[in-house]
Amino acid sequence: MTTETQGTTIDPAEVARFEKIARTWWDAKGPMKTLHKFNPVRLAYIRDQVADHWNRDTRDGNTLAGLSLVDVGCGGGLLCEPLARLGATVTGIDPAPTNVEVAKLHCAESGVPVTYRQATIEQLVAEGQSFDIVLAMEVVEHVADVDAFVRACTAAVKPGGLLFMATLNRTMKAFALAIVGAEYILGWLPKGTHQWDKFVTPKELADAIARGGLEVFDEKGVVYNPLSDKWSLSRDRDVNYMVVAK
Amino acid sequence: MIPPGQSPERAAIVIGGGGLAGLTLALALRQAAGGRLKVVVCDPAFATPPRPDDRAFALAAGGKRMFEALGVWDRVAPQAEPIRDMVITDSRLNDPVRPVFLTFAGEVDDGEPFASMAPQGALIRALREEAERVGVDMRAVAIKDFVTGPARITITLSDDTLMDAQLLCACDGGPSPIRRMAKIDVVRWSYDQSGIVTTIAHERPHHGRAEEHFLPSGPFATLPLPGNESSIVWSERNENIDALLSLDDEDLLAEIEKRFGLKLGRLTMKARPKAWPLNFQMARRFVAPRVALVGDSAHVIHPIAGQGLNLGLEDIAVLAELIAEQAALGLDLGDIDMLETYERARRTPTVAMAAVTDGLNRLFSNDNPALRALRDFGLGLVDRLPSLKNRFIQEAAASAQSPRLLRGLPL
Repeated sequence: MTTETQGTTIDPAEVARFEKIARTWWDAKGPMKTLHKFNPVRLAYIRDQVADHWNRDTRDGNTLAGLSLVDVGCGGGLLCEPLARLGATVTGIDPAPTNVEVAKLHCAESGVPVTYRQATIEQLVAEGQSFDIVLAMEVVEHVADVDAFVRACTAAVKPGGLLFMATLNRTMKAFALAIVGAEYILGWLPKGTHQWDKFVTPKELADAIARGGLEVFDEKGVVYNPLSDKWSLSRDRDVNYMVVAK
Repeated sequence: MIPPGQSPERAAIVIGGGGLAGLTLALALRQAAGGRLKVVVCDPAFATPPRPDDRAFALAAGGKRMFEALGVWDRVAPQAEPIRDMVITDSRLNDPVRPVFLTFAGEVDDGEPFASMAPQGALIRALREEAERVGVDMRAVAIKDFVTGPARITITLSDDTLMDAQLLCACDGGPSPIRRMAKIDVVRWSYDQSGIVTTIAHERPHHGRAEEHFLPSGPFATLPLPGNESSIVWSERNENIDALLSLDDEDLLAEIEKRFGLKLGRLTMKARPKAWPLNFQMARRFVAPRVALVGDSAHVIHPIAGQGLNLGLEDIAVLAELIAEQAALGLDLGDIDMLETYERARRTPTVAMAAVTDGLNRLFSNDNPALRALRDFGLGLVDRLPSLKNRFIQEAAASAQSPRLLRGLPL
């Protein structure tokens, strides 16, 4: 472990947990297969909100052209590469050095231009960087200090920009599905991926974002349909949900 | 293997094979993502103008709509002929009157025929012109080799160019070298029949009627072409082929007359017939990592129902739509989940069509009296049940759940 953790919101135990599985990030049949299946619905949500906000075409494969974007907790780059293909200038940051290495390796292979850094959002804000779009997808439930983390994310959004966050709700249903179901029964996620007491309710998240000076203007649940083996948007925010703020 | 030090060119999708399937797929993909995908089609045949070819295809309504959506139908239409109705008989060669068991008279929609005859040459020319116009990169080279990696497939072309792509599509026909390189096995058997194809002229108009006579040695079909001409697709046992093809024009015409009859007046031969052996072939998988089989490389079926090309066009409509979805989300165009979705979507209809055509051929291409009684009953039944027949016709068309291209909508 060489990650510098002082003065950040990163929980070192969490970083170590993800390093173990980082090598298999891009294997659609591997331990990250749930995230791969989850990816199209997250991407569609981001793309459609961006198209609405900046008045872009959703079908032309270039919806994010010219926009700068940072993906906080980018993992192996599963969101960064598609968003870069859609035209955004993408920076992916992650505190786990293995994740950053995996992501760099993959974008060298695929030829999709993404800048990866082992860094935290607090560092980028301290450097004075800001972005049209800030993403923190499935990250809040892993950070040590939610309020400080969300404040840093809001600070990184350029005026007129968008902040996207996705996480897990702290409900009994989320405990049953996301931890007992996904980790222990179905084996979709490695055991210990999530801790229920770190889950955040939509209200807590919206409040934290408001304290950072932005306002949540859309919230969507994401639900799994076992018959089609697909995830889709829903009004049900009891387990997985996404918000966008401006 | 990849020689060190050479940096590959980049494409989104490389297509091996520039025939009907390859060019149609390329045009469809150029409609995806606002025309942003770089599509390269490799075929040594691009070095020469299309060969004259007497084959004509019975395009189902969905396929015709797809060519409309891809902007090529206008150029094919003057040489195409709608099939207005179809008569199917089950008979022996010397039966004086052939009982009609099944007639398809029908339009899919207002004024839209359920199928159209389109000459292969006209289709290929129109596809090449349109591909040129919309910026498909056509190269007169073969696909020599490829290496699949986690984020790309690196393809070696026969001029030793290296090309990185997200997906390689095999549109290289029944023998498909790409399928072999991808190590996908096939299930295959020979029908012990050959297909003879030629064009005849007749004195009186055909009024858009197609006929198929199920004769003991194989089905004999006539399909309407523009003017007073018809295309003949004649399946015959292999043991008879050499003798038939060595006949001079006059004697061969006499054989055709025996099968076609003289109801449209005197016949003349427009081209020397060609024959090719008929096989059944089905790939065990339609996909491999970063490789998709499309059209004949995935399946070759008996021409008894004229469905070979239509199946291939359906493959293209499904695959192109999946790729367009991926591209609109910036996702990997060679994603294994997407490829498996394509395979699942195409497997069932392909196997069903293969089984029907194989079964029809086995049922009809013999002179067994018991089977004859059974099939007479079967076909007669179909004709008496209008709803069932409508379903046959509609299957030749497309429904609201069909891929966009088969409904005539751009991607």
